[in-house]
Amino acid sequence: VIAYIFRRFLYAIPILIGVNLITFGLFFVVNTPEDMARMQLGAKRVTPDAIEKWKAERGYDRPLLWNGAKAGVGRLAETIFFQKSAKLFAFDFGNADDGRSIGHEIRTRMWPSLALAIPSFLVGLAVYVSFALMLAFFRATYLDFWGVVLCVALMSVSALFYIIGGQYLISKLWSLVPISGYQPGPDAAKFLVLPVLIALAAGFGAEVRLFRTFFLEEMGKDYVRTARAKGLAETAVLFGHVLKNGSIPILTGVVAAIPKLFLGSLLAESFFGIPGLGSYTIDAIQSQDFAVVRSMVFLGAALTILGYLLADISYTLVDPRVRFE
Amino acid sequence: MPVVLWTDVPVWLLVAITLGYFAYVRRHEYLAAPWRRVVRSAPGMVALVVLLAFAAVGLVDSLHFRPALEGKDQKGGAVYAVEVLSLLDVAVMPLKTRTERTYSAPLAIRSFSKETTELADGGIVREFPRLRFGGAHLKDEADHGRDVALTALQGIVLGAFAWGLAVWFATAALARRSRVAAGALWTSIRRRRTDVPWLAIYLSVLALACIAFPVALLAGKYHVLGTDKVGQDVLYLSLKSIRTGLVIGTLTTLVTLPFAVLLGIMAGYFKGWIDDAIQYLYTTINSIPGVLLIAAAVLIMQVYIDKNPELFPTAAQRADFRLLLLCAILGATTWTGLARLLRGESLKLRELEYIQAAHALGVRHGRVITRHILPNVMHIVLIALVMDFSGLVLAEAVLSYVGVGVDPSMNSFGTMINAARLEMARDPMVWWTLAAAFAFMFVLVLAANLFADAVRDAFDPRVRVGGAPVPQAGAPG
Repeated sequence: VIAYIFRRFLYAIPILIGVNLITFGLFFVVNTPEDMARMQLGAKRVTPDAIEKWKAERGYDRPLLWNGAKAGVGRLAETIFFQKSAKLFAFDFGNADDGRSIGHEIRTRMWPSLALAIPSFLVGLAVYVSFALMLAFFRATYLDFWGVVLCVALMSVSALFYIIGGQYLISKLWSLVPISGYQPGPDAAKFLVLPVLIALAAGFGAEVRLFRTFFLEEMGKDYVRTARAKGLAETAVLFGHVLKNGSIPILTGVVAAIPKLFLGSLLAESFFGIPGLGSYTIDAIQSQDFAVVRSMVFLGAALTILGYLLADISYTLVDPRVRFE
Repeated sequence: MPVVLWTDVPVWLLVAITLGYFAYVRRHEYLAAPWRRVVRSAPGMVALVVLLAFAAVGLVDSLHFRPALEGKDQKGGAVYAVEVLSLLDVAVMPLKTRTERTYSAPLAIRSFSKETTELADGGIVREFPRLRFGGAHLKDEADHGRDVALTALQGIVLGAFAWGLAVWFATAALARRSRVAAGALWTSIRRRRTDVPWLAIYLSVLALACIAFPVALLAGKYHVLGTDKVGQDVLYLSLKSIRTGLVIGTLTTLVTLPFAVLLGIMAGYFKGWIDDAIQYLYTTINSIPGVLLIAAAVLIMQVYIDKNPELFPTAAQRADFRLLLLCAILGATTWTGLARLLRGESLKLRELEYIQAAHALGVRHGRVITRHILPNVMHIVLIALVMDFSGLVLAEAVLSYVGVGVDPSMNSFGTMINAARLEMARDPMVWWTLAAAFAFMFVLVLAANLFADAVRDAFDPRVRVGGAPVPQAGAPG
């Protein structure tokens, strides 16, 4: 198993390099730092001096790939590629356009993001699985039919409306919780209840329907028929056999999502004013801070790859039929 | 002067492809059989009726031109307006031009906010002024409610009448084609004994007519869905947004298709290093969170557009180019899901006997792929096509909110929501823009979801209750 994990880990490295090359291509080759400077400085006719100054302040004044002016290692190291892209591998993100350290921002903003993401994730998982099991238990009845109809209807509502509607109904009309804002510490709970509920509702339709198909697929299998034939109660079949085996596909999806919890939720965080990584990303996109967007792309990709890795490992752990090739 | 926008070409191309495809399907029984199953599903057909109504609006909105202005230029040629209009604009010209000063509630005759007006005798009052157009024909304000009710009733009667006429003709035509008496056919339709759920289709058309006719009549006199901050009619904005949603939902998949089909089949068919390379490519793209990749690409694209203003003579063309690029970007980030499915399927297919036989007979690779593999994976492509649509329409709204969606000047559900978001804080609340965007989007996406389910159930050879969904693009997160 260890050798397998190690090999899987090695696979991740070329992918990370690929991600890095894509971001480098997108951010520096398609558009030169000059374009970025011109856009940041605003006006159409900025002086070349101002552009040079902007670039020098942020370290974009180096050559792209090869610095002929330097000697030895400096030829490779004193380039935009090395300074801005390759350093991401060491999770050294450099500074945002406003001069603040991105690494520090990420470390402080990670916690509010997690405070929102982990409860949403856990509560969501429990609720979705129990509803999906319920629908599977009552399969081919009116309850199941209308449950699926409800799921499809819920799927058809944009996430934006869940947020806007929830904020209006619960915060403004009923004044139960504050509309937005965040405080660290135990006070955070009252700010987090609503976003968690909304995340729950927004994911409900798609997830319950998906999990239901997993369970139903499992129910059609031979061993379930055998279990019924030997006289097991339907609940025993459901919880003892179907839930366990049906959870395998759920588990892999779930484990893959865990590392991404760090990134937080783009929409919820910006609507509710939670100072997490999601709202950080949105702010960066809206103020066109390329350095931050670049860092978040890399961080997100690294976490996603980690998620795939964990999913593969967990898959092999829970399902002994999967062999380590 | 007709103007062909960038997105118009693929839209009409898509219509041509669809028509050609169905003409082809009609002549091939093995292709027609699954479609017949789709046609027999009542939810699927009701959804199709709704989708066709949306598509009609979108297509009328895809014929653009620049109206000629009066007067001639120095050479005696006609002068054209800078503004690009579509046929839809012409059809609903009153909605477009009759703008109020600011917010007004649906069907209102007075403005939403107080204004200072000077009376004839020189006195000044603060009041809710009458709207310039909404209910301007009313002499007495007390008639307001009665007039609205009467017009709506008139519309419903008219709609029901038009529906009755259409149903009569349709049933007669059907009866002729299947050579049965119209009366007998009508009875079996009413008792739901027909193969095709005609009753459900008729009823959904009735519902559409009973909404469309009163709204059309009322729209001539009032602002049916109210007006927004700068006084534009919300109904007009919603109608214009339909095209954007449809374009994003369809063109993106069209952009995706060549990549996904070619690379997916190649990976599965050739295996070896080609497979490795293609797998590496899509794993890499897949591992970047979708929204972030799209955001990065859109930011870059924005720089390009800003850098080359001379390419776009009008603002509409610039916005349209951005829409096209957005579709391309969405496509570039979403083709991976379909490619992976196709790879898996091709891996399975290439080991089957008939492909082995083709190899043994010395058929070239290209021919094996086009003749034997491609037709056998088309159902996957088709399912992916319809399943992705609703996800993309929803993604557009989210992306526009994040600021990496369509051009802010372009009408879309995302920009509507974005503009209306802050109005929730007003007291009394301005709810109608959001409600309109919600209703239109919900109906469109719900219909798309139901139709996609019907198509998937009919085409998926693994006949089961559900089926693994195709990964959805731009999942809000």
